[in-house]
Amino acid sequence: MNMRTEGDAGSLELDDMQGLLRFGFKHLTKASFLLLRIKDRDAARAWLAAAPVTSAVTANPLPPTALQVALTSEGLLALGVAQDIVDSFSNEYVAGMSSDPGRSRRLGDVAASDPGQWDWGAKHCVPHVLIMLYATSGTLDGYLRLVQAQCSAGFEELACLGTAEIDDFEPFGFKDGISQPKLDWDRERRICDEEQYAYTNLACLGEFLLGYPNEYGGYTDRPLLDPRHDAAAALPRAEDVPKQADLGRNGSYLVMRQLRQDIQGFWRYIDQQAGGEAALRESLAAAMVGRTLSGEPLVGRTNEIIAGNSEKPDIDANAFTYQSDLQGLRCPLGAHIRRSNPRNADLPPGNPGMFSRLIRTLGFDAEALENDHVASTRFHRLLRRGRKYGATASLPQALADTPQGDESGLHFVCLVANIARQFEFVQSAWIAGTKFDGLAGEGDPLLGQRQPGPDGTRTDVFSIPQSDGPDKRLTALPSFVTVRGGAYFLLPGIRALRYLAMSH
Amino acid sequence: MVVAAIAKGREADLRAVLDSMNSAPGMADPRNALLPFGEFDRLHFARLVVLEDATLVDYAAHGMQAPNFPKQLVFMGDCDGPSQELLANLSRRADAGLRRIFAHCEDFDAGGDLLAWMLSHDVPVAANYVNWVGRTVMQVRQESILQRALCAQVPRDRFASPADAQRVRRDLIAFVDAELRAGRLVLTKPEPTSLDWQMAKLLNAIALPLAGLLISPILLVMLPFIIVLLRTREKNDPEVCPRPDPQALQALRRLEDRDVSNQFSALGSVKPGLFRRWVGTVVLVLINYASRQIFNRGHLGRVRTIHFARWVFIDNKARIVFTSNYDGSHEAYMDDFINKVAWGLNLVFSNGIGWPRTDWLIKRGARHEQRFKYYQRRHQIPSQVWYKAYPGLTALDMERNQRIREGLEQATMTDAQALSWLRLL
Repeated sequence: MNMRTEGDAGSLELDDMQGLLRFGFKHLTKASFLLLRIKDRDAARAWLAAAPVTSAVTANPLPPTALQVALTSEGLLALGVAQDIVDSFSNEYVAGMSSDPGRSRRLGDVAASDPGQWDWGAKHCVPHVLIMLYATSGTLDGYLRLVQAQCSAGFEELACLGTAEIDDFEPFGFKDGISQPKLDWDRERRICDEEQYAYTNLACLGEFLLGYPNEYGGYTDRPLLDPRHDAAAALPRAEDVPKQADLGRNGSYLVMRQLRQDIQGFWRYIDQQAGGEAALRESLAAAMVGRTLSGEPLVGRTNEIIAGNSEKPDIDANAFTYQSDLQGLRCPLGAHIRRSNPRNADLPPGNPGMFSRLIRTLGFDAEALENDHVASTRFHRLLRRGRKYGATASLPQALADTPQGDESGLHFVCLVANIARQFEFVQSAWIAGTKFDGLAGEGDPLLGQRQPGPDGTRTDVFSIPQSDGPDKRLTALPSFVTVRGGAYFLLPGIRALRYLAMSH
Repeated sequence: MVVAAIAKGREADLRAVLDSMNSAPGMADPRNALLPFGEFDRLHFARLVVLEDATLVDYAAHGMQAPNFPKQLVFMGDCDGPSQELLANLSRRADAGLRRIFAHCEDFDAGGDLLAWMLSHDVPVAANYVNWVGRTVMQVRQESILQRALCAQVPRDRFASPADAQRVRRDLIAFVDAELRAGRLVLTKPEPTSLDWQMAKLLNAIALPLAGLLISPILLVMLPFIIVLLRTREKNDPEVCPRPDPQALQALRRLEDRDVSNQFSALGSVKPGLFRRWVGTVVLVLINYASRQIFNRGHLGRVRTIHFARWVFIDNKARIVFTSNYDGSHEAYMDDFINKVAWGLNLVFSNGIGWPRTDWLIKRGARHEQRFKYYQRRHQIPSQVWYKAYPGLTALDMERNQRIREGLEQATMTDAQALSWLRLL
């Protein structure tokens, strides 16, 4: 997302939001993510109280650097925030990403991706604070050293995650970051709970920002404080409960996962399946992703008018849904982008009119029921802000017999207001889930962990439906992506950050 | 559903006994020594649950003190054929194990007749939903093996001509025939439905609408009063949806996501007064009717992930137990509840103490996402022992496998039919 293409956000408290909510800072082509633990509470507080956090206000000219700060629940406790305040954030945030084997099972963090094997984010390696630094490649090193020096008194460094130069392509070589929800910055959506009969890319602010109404017209739970805890009135007041101070407002949850990508393994597997044939190799890889390497959707640009998309469908690689390809003949049902954003509405399509809707709602429309396996998309959107890391291998390099050099992958970052309903749902039901959209037993072709099912059946499979025969089936898929670390953070509003940095 | 009060001081013991039946937290070992579920080939699902009600304090919202309900043990199974038959079978083949379990109950007579005791504690089910009435455990297992065999066997080349589909299908039929003869595959012919059962269903199909017709004049006259009573209550009934206790939540989560399906057991009190009790009773009669007559072919409304679900009144209709077996994670289940069948949940559960506020009995309610999610987790209770006869299979899997078998046994097909059949593999 580019700063200049974002609409005017009107009277929102943009100066209280961290910039990442509106911008990907793409003009700042390199980034470093500092994972820190607090060693001296007072020094840490002092730094956080004055940290030069980049806000969501549109800057002209664009800022030369940007800094964002996020905290885990352990971090809040280490800062001295009261337990009851911490506990009033969401359960997932309080518990953390790696704390519970049940959560790991759901997220597919098993086998090689088990938190027990992570570089960071599990047990004693849960970071307290995440500092995200963005700059141009010439200036990042100096900026990083400066911030590291400032932080040395209050924090010890758990890890400093570097990123690659940004170039719109993820490490496997596919164009990335094409689809993003469009936030309703102008607050055009009515605050109410009404069914949506068409796929919309325009998302209520409350899906990503705490303290604003979400897709159900409600407010996601977050800490609301009695005003006596905020005598200085440093915090905004809650929109829904005006007497209370809203510690969540203008903040968001930030999910971060370090995903190692086996570029060589990926391309060599596909090359083998394609018998070394270049065109087939590319088409198999595209089938797994659901887009070609250059980002064209396999289902085709169906040129649908979709709320929240750009006005001109012919220039938008997102002007499509899967309604014209229900059997997955153009884009396989299990393709990565179809899993992560199924682009459906609240009710399967049918004739307009009350009667038809009633019939579909009751489940009496057999055809609609056949295409009703996937949950409504609008409740499960992620605002992605990841950056890739490591060297990008060219295709010949990836296919060569020489071992891969440095590790490559993605520092996956997404922002959500409800970790369970958004990130965890997408990751478990749609990505790790082996029964997505009625499939017989296969995980995401890129991200799946390939663990056999409870009855011992294999899930290392990828089905490509054909119009003139049984599904083509890739088998013995290795796992291409390994989780190396991860944590749930709070990306607080800027006033909330200052409040958290005060002693209480 | 067998319900019995747990004897004083025996609960901890009972829990230890129940845990000993599991191979993983909450997951029954099909071959456990006490009740080897896997030996009963007509049993789909079963569970043993200690009914412990953390929400009795909610009576206070109605200005009342909670009645003193005893802690109870629930044993239930979903089976092919009449449930009494299952109980008889269980008592015959797992006598010692069942006695060991029920010995922790208040009025259990160690020397008495086990079956008679279970039958005397068998509480009638108010409403029962079955995903696919008539699909037996044996059929599910056989068809799953068939599906795997066919998927491995089908050639995955593109067809040169549409007629190839017929040829491939014929080859597969010949393959299955050979496998059947060699005894590597078994496909038992479905048992014919008993005439009694069919008659009972037909009678039920007529009886309820008839009864409705008969009382409709009275209902019509009373309707304005009913509406006033309902609307007043909907506006004034207290909501009780605090955040669930994190430890209780963790105890529930620990048991989940060990299979593609999960269990759900919940307990709540019916709102005080006759009105809510009557509404709840009528709604459950209707749900039971709809499940039996209409929603018996793979879906409950739009939801296709529920295998079995039950509503049972206990404690003289003061409380209600809801149990279900569903596919996917709890979060996905709740998503279906809110986005697909909130109206149906509201019909029943808005008669329970604390339910998020409804409008006209079906609107709002569970659509209050956050409050609803808190409410249901707070009312949920851990299922100490849960058994599923076919790990790894979802309701949709079974439906697909059934279509595979039906297609195999179909006498003739057009090219197009043969192709769509092959595409199931």
